[in-house]
Amino acid sequence: MYNYTDFDAHFVRARTAQFAAQVERRISGALTEDEFKPFRLMNGVYLQLHAYMLRVAIPYGTINPRQMRALAQIADTYDKGYGHFTTRQNIQFNWPKLTDIPAILSDLADVGMHAIQTSGNTIRNVTADHFAGAAADEIEDPRPVAELLRQWSTDHPEFQFLPRKFKIAITGAPNDRAVTRAHDIGLRMVRNAAGAPGFEVIVGGGLGRTPIIGATVRDFLPKADLLPYVEAVLSVYNMLGRRDNKYKARIKITLHETGKEELSRLIEARFVELRAQFGGNDQALLAQIEAAFSAPDLRRADTAAYGAFYKADPVFRSWADTNLAAHRDPDYRIVTISLKKHGDTPGDATSAQMRLIADLSERFGHSEIRISHEQNVILPHVHLSDLPGLHAALRGSGLETANVGLISDIIACPGMDYCALATARSIPVAQQIATRFEELKLEHDIGPLKIKISGCINACGHHHVGHIGILGLDRAGVENYQITLGGDGTETAVIGERAGPGFAYDEIVPAIERLIAAYLKQRENAAETFLQAYRRLGLGPFKAALYPDEGKRNAA
Amino acid sequence: MSRAFTAKIITANDLLAGDVIYLTADDQWSRHHAEAELIEDEAHAQLRLLDAARAKSAVGAYLADARKGQNGPEPVHFREAFRMRGPSNYAHGKQVEPDHV
Ligand code: HEM
Ligand code: SF4
Repeated sequence: MYNYTDFDAHFVRARTAQFAAQVERRISGALTEDEFKPFRLMNGVYLQLHAYMLRVAIPYGTINPRQMRALAQIADTYDKGYGHFTTRQNIQFNWPKLTDIPAILSDLADVGMHAIQTSGNTIRNVTADHFAGAAADEIEDPRPVAELLRQWSTDHPEFQFLPRKFKIAITGAPNDRAVTRAHDIGLRMVRNAAGAPGFEVIVGGGLGRTPIIGATVRDFLPKADLLPYVEAVLSVYNMLGRRDNKYKARIKITLHETGKEELSRLIEARFVELRAQFGGNDQALLAQIEAAFSAPDLRRADTAAYGAFYKADPVFRSWADTNLAAHRDPDYRIVTISLKKHGDTPGDATSAQMRLIADLSERFGHSEIRISHEQNVILPHVHLSDLPGLHAALRGSGLETANVGLISDIIACPGMDYCALATARSIPVAQQIATRFEELKLEHDIGPLKIKISGCINACGHHHVGHIGILGLDRAGVENYQITLGGDGTETAVIGERAGPGFAYDEIVPAIERLIAAYLKQRENAAETFLQAYRRLGLGPFKAALYPDEGKRNAA
Repeated sequence: MSRAFTAKIITANDLLAGDVIYLTADDQWSRHHAEAELIEDEAHAQLRLLDAARAKSAVGAYLADARKGQNGPEPVHFREAFRMRGPSNYAHGKQVEPDHV
């Protein structure tokens, strides 16, 4: 993977020292909170309900074992022994003291990590397909481009005070695992008629209070034009984006107000100006970065043992059926390690688990680790013959759950257990749904299903693109949960439809149970997924299941 | 007609630790909701909020609804109840601090 150059290392050190001085001045009283807040936000430091929170970037979801061990060490030394992996491929520490944060940032810098631009009105951590570099359906590894974008956007003087935060996601495969259509800029690699790789450029997607699926402003952008094109989008947004109203400041509103045609015209015009100025330096840099992302030397070994093990061990088989994905090499698999043990907090890993993941990646996975936006951990390159050993090593660690892509593999934002903006809790709702369906032993029968939960309309839990979305609200001083149905975060992205009135905290799990019962009853066969059934049947039967009394009332 | 003023307390987060603190009648910051000053007069509330905003060790002071309880003020809204306890997914925060009341 990419390792810091001297320039990168120096930059991160300098920023850490600068922030340490700012913390010192805050503590001495030389800086007021109003003065300090923009500084701390530029360095990933939030103040939540019960404590400060530090958000550390895991650029494009790629992390090496040494970095993972450093995160474990930080969790043990400065926090409560765990970390929370998020939908934006960051890790959050929920309990640091302000006085410890400079030391944490310094420990991170030791292993080439930082918290820069993980908050504030800047270009945020660039997220990527978590199967990047390994997936069978991939055209090219998108991470060199993501790294190029990181280097370009980090401390870019023109884009430090954008109208609002700006999020870029990138995927190297036509199958979109990075939710590119719900980002400020989504980049989806495609081939043109001549077979050359380039990008579909999607602009103005976003979730939050006004969910919008982005508009395609270019069907095919040659790879070499990427950076000037992205800069053109940013430049137009920086000029047009509304600074008068925080709720109208994202580029999705610019898209909405300016119109796709006019916005595209402005972007193209700016692009022509900028491309001339780049002069090929970006391509030279990209070539250097690409060299750093060379694929591991995959090994050749007998695979027969895998088949035998698969037949003999039902626990292994169940795990293999849900947690493995196709690798570009037929003798390899991509392994998803679930951070969604039934009843546990989605996305949380203890320091012991982090260390185990680091060890196992070295033993079985060419020392590569990824974090997914679905809050799981990926070992992208595991040889078939190593899978039984890997699974055996996971057993008993809380990391062996066979539920990837199933009903208990829930995305949940921190909600009112941590987040100062929350209007309701989301974590316990996720815990209860997972526990309930585990009791019912139904989840493998239900099949692929994505439940996503947010604790307020900011939609950090992606509820709008969940097959079942749950949004926690405060209704007259009581937690209330609204359900949306039929959302989809892939290349066929759709914003879910609101099912009807919300449910109280103790009604939400039974409501989900009724919804699932309706699906199981109405599906054509076991192969028809929840989302397919919803698309075929529409809201009607699901609404009837959610609000049975209403049907009775109408019938009466 | 303006709505009748309901009782309030002043709460904030500690500058260094970031944990939840409450302003007491004698201008101290307590870790305990029950030790907060229960403010029943709107003008007094505004004055006390100004005092709190000047405090060096407190961040983001605001007025939160509270009611009189057996051992002192109690939270009205669930958000304040959670702040007083800590998260529901782990035994962390105030709910496990030794002198929690
Ligand atoms: C201190 C905690 C957090 C704060 C204050 C916060 C704040 C926000 C706000 C204000 C928005 C709405 C932005 C807008 O519509 O303009 C938002 C959106 C979002 N946040 Fe968070 N968030 C927090 C935690 C998280 C976490 C833990 C994740 C990942 C699990 C996350 C990922 C996202 C995503 C994916 C969106 C929606 C995409 C979009 O920006 O439109 N956030 N967040
Ligand atoms: S969706 Fe709301 S509650 Fe959840 S993390 Fe985002 S801002 Fe906080």
